[in-house]
Amino acid sequence: MISRLFHHLVKHIDAFLMTCLLFTLLASLFVLYSASGQSFERVYAHGINIAVALSVLWVVANIPPNQLERFALPLYLLGVALLIGVALFGTISHGARRWLNVGIIHIQPSEIMRIALPMMLAWYFSKREGKPKASHFAFGGLLLAIPVALIMKQPDLGTSLLITASGFFILFLAGLNWKFLLGGITLLAGLTPVFWSMLHDYQRRRIEILFDPTQDPLGAGYHTIQAIIAIGSGGSAGKGWLNGTQTQLDFLPERTTDFIFAVFSEEFGFLGNMLLLSLFSLIIIRGLMIASQAQSTFSRLLAGSITLTFFTYAFVNMGMVSGILPVVGVPLPLISYGGTSMVMLCLSFGILMSIQTHKKLVAT
Amino acid sequence: MGAELRNYLHEQYYFRLRLGFTALVVLSLFALLTSRFYYLQVKQYNHYQTLAENNRISLIPIVPNRGLILDKNGVVLAHNFFVYTLEITPSKIKDLEATIAEISQFVEISSLDRKRFNKLRQESRNFESVPIRTHLNEVEAAKFAVNHYRFPGVEIKSRLFRHYPLGKLGAHMVGYIGRINDKDLADLEKSGDLSNYKGSDHIGKSGLEQFYERQLHGTTGSQQVEVDADGHAVRVLSSNAPIPGDDLILSADSKLQEIAETAFGDRRGALVAINPKTGEVLSYVSQPTFDPNLFVGGIDTENWKLLNDSLDKPLINRPLRGIYPPGSTFKPFVALAGLEAGKRTPPFAIHDAGFFTLPNSSHRYRDWKPSGHGIVDMQRAITISCDTFFYGLAMELGIEKLTSFVRHFGFGRRSDFDIKGEIEGLLPTPEWKMRRFKQPWYPGETVIVGIGQGYTLVTPLQLAQATAILANDGVAMKPHLVAQIQNSLTGKRHIAPPVVQDKITLNPGNIDIVRRGMVDVTLPGGTAASIGANAGYNIAAKTGTAQVIGIRQNEKYNEHTINERHRDHALFIAFAPAEDPQIALAVIVENGGHGGSAAGPIARKVMDYYLLGKLPNVETAKTDVKKPANATGNTPATTQPLVPEEEFHD
Repeated sequence: MISRLFHHLVKHIDAFLMTCLLFTLLASLFVLYSASGQSFERVYAHGINIAVALSVLWVVANIPPNQLERFALPLYLLGVALLIGVALFGTISHGARRWLNVGIIHIQPSEIMRIALPMMLAWYFSKREGKPKASHFAFGGLLLAIPVALIMKQPDLGTSLLITASGFFILFLAGLNWKFLLGGITLLAGLTPVFWSMLHDYQRRRIEILFDPTQDPLGAGYHTIQAIIAIGSGGSAGKGWLNGTQTQLDFLPERTTDFIFAVFSEEFGFLGNMLLLSLFSLIIIRGLMIASQAQSTFSRLLAGSITLTFFTYAFVNMGMVSGILPVVGVPLPLISYGGTSMVMLCLSFGILMSIQTHKKLVAT
Repeated sequence: MGAELRNYLHEQYYFRLRLGFTALVVLSLFALLTSRFYYLQVKQYNHYQTLAENNRISLIPIVPNRGLILDKNGVVLAHNFFVYTLEITPSKIKDLEATIAEISQFVEISSLDRKRFNKLRQESRNFESVPIRTHLNEVEAAKFAVNHYRFPGVEIKSRLFRHYPLGKLGAHMVGYIGRINDKDLADLEKSGDLSNYKGSDHIGKSGLEQFYERQLHGTTGSQQVEVDADGHAVRVLSSNAPIPGDDLILSADSKLQEIAETAFGDRRGALVAINPKTGEVLSYVSQPTFDPNLFVGGIDTENWKLLNDSLDKPLINRPLRGIYPPGSTFKPFVALAGLEAGKRTPPFAIHDAGFFTLPNSSHRYRDWKPSGHGIVDMQRAITISCDTFFYGLAMELGIEKLTSFVRHFGFGRRSDFDIKGEIEGLLPTPEWKMRRFKQPWYPGETVIVGIGQGYTLVTPLQLAQATAILANDGVAMKPHLVAQIQNSLTGKRHIAPPVVQDKITLNPGNIDIVRRGMVDVTLPGGTAASIGANAGYNIAAKTGTAQVIGIRQNEKYNEHTINERHRDHALFIAFAPAEDPQIALAVIVENGGHGGSAAGPIARKVMDYYLLGKLPNVETAKTDVKKPANATGNTPATTQPLVPEEEFHD
């Protein structure tokens, strides 16, 4: 009886992926405890976030992909509508208009877009018969550009870049012509000066300081310099849990959120980093396998995009904290403190599991 | 169905191809991250480790306790005690005036405090904390501490303060410390001591405090402290205790000092007493004096003006920097020069008619006694201070011979004393005059050098040292104030050994003639007979009077009709007991009139206490000078003492 109940509960959970996720989340609790100055409240709150996120994961995993497919268009339209709402009525905090106050809850519509956009694009391409034509990609590009433009206006450079990436992955996996791709890259390079002029001052400054953090060691460059010192001083085996001097003595800024990787690196060293990269790699490999075995175009494209977006988040975060990418305000997936991002991430893993566990046996 | 399946498989094939491509991208980007981590954490580990350590570890200096200054009997002349000060770091404060106004609700801040604060602020750099109030009591400190959070940039500090418990007594000898200024910093940097002054904010500025700075300061310790990003200390990692400065034990006695200073009353002048056998300075008086405690926390403008602008020049270290014509106190040395040169050997005598003239000149060099002294030999010439005798002797010796001989007694050169700023005085020679005035030397100038007038200038210290050398049969001991340096940790004492500075070979018979002449000075018939009365020991002495303004030929000097500050300086040198000298001294009372009556009694009190332990009779202390009613008005421009242009200043 109990084993049947358990079986029912885990029927749509991918054991391999789940194991990797749980290990990573467990690690996040320890890192957060250290990063928060040994605050149990913080760890408890993070635990609650994880619990909620895993519940969402379970629920979504139990919804078959063809059901999920139906949400694609409405979710996308809702997301765009909310983004327009933000642009018109959003509340401003830290100089950016990102939040929408709906009654008692604050919604950050760009977070919805993180999943709504790839779903929409995957759905769009799954509805096109045969090999997609250039016009399909053009329309897909339009579907992508609308929310990205709105998010960039907020301004939220990190999220808009990552949502662009998640949409681009769909276009690429759907068979975007290499000529278009290379042409696009060339065009992008040509448009860089135009984009540069469109960027806000603080965004430009961030990019400038990426190339030379010492330009402003106590201001904008401070984050990067202190993070690099934390990582480097961790050495091969790390300073040990709770023993990171950069972390414990407040030299590291934003160390529970965007810069949590520096905390991890300082206390667990190069070996710890390799372990974390391995865990991330396993998750990515599993995700790519799920994508490659998926049975419908929608599932396949969505699974591929979700996995590659996860990779992108991880890479951009670790890259910016270790000083090879600009500081764009991207959290480290599964580790950084933050409810919305955790829930959205687990939601996407729920979709992956749903795709994996609702396969029909196909006669070959 | 078949076509659909093939289409599906075809589609899946292309999809997997693309997926494979992305997997390669993922792999290569993760490899990029790995190499970045390897570079930072393995290859550059030492570099970043150092940076992290520099971030977290801060070296805090621990200031050593400054050494004490004690008199020969262990009476404390300078010590340290803790006080609370309220300090402001100007760079951290937007509106200084408003902040001070607000602070004054909790801690009283007088206008004097403000003035001193403004002065100190100008002298220090913006990021340094400057005291607005010192000596807060417990209640004030507590009151402010409660409201501290309202005043970022204002702090209560517990500081070790220097205190001079005897105040004015011996201030010129002990000196004082003051806040380190830019010049001090430059000097410290030059001498390589700057790192030892991290954390110190005071340094010896004058007197022994300045000369023995190196010994008194001690060695600064340090504490390695872990700090957080705001610079707050979190915990101590290691510490290196400071080594307190050495204590100075003087050869001077504060009781003797008190007797000497009291004996001066409110007159200006100087006294230096030396043990002729060792060179130890027994008393070092400069009158008027000042309270060195005013300088420790930074002197306020009002007090500074009061001291600096006073006609009495209390800040001048007279024994070292006051220069006076030696007058008749110069005669014993001229006498010895004559005797050693084979002139005036007994029974040589002159007949003094009351003046001396140079050949082919009608100019009369007058004796102080217009009627003359009659028959005078060498010994009697000293006893009665016969000017005519010494005019002739100087003339016969010649200026070169005279000055080169007396130079051995320390005139005209620095004595290498342990207080800085000594002036070398002046022994004039024809070459000097040519250099200085581009004029040849006139014979008449030699004549007046014989009685210690003319260009000759001495400091009280030089005069005392010359007397000590005479008392010690020509052996010059290096004069010094510090007898012992005591390690304040081990209590081990380093005793400064007597140092022979110079040795003049003198004929004992010649010394004896001069000594007998000087002993007779304090016996009935001598110029200071009253000084030797009922002493119980023999005093060899010489009185002197130094002109402050010139007296024209045929004009008479009248002590009572002349403006007080134009009156002659009174000088007195002595050593006793004459047969076995224990003490040699020189006293100068500015505008005191005659040496025997104004300066002599001060010397007698000092010798009485030093040799017999006898305390002075209070009655006689203040009776020596009758001030004219208008003493303070009408001050002449030629205020004495004669000090050179680069006046003593903080």
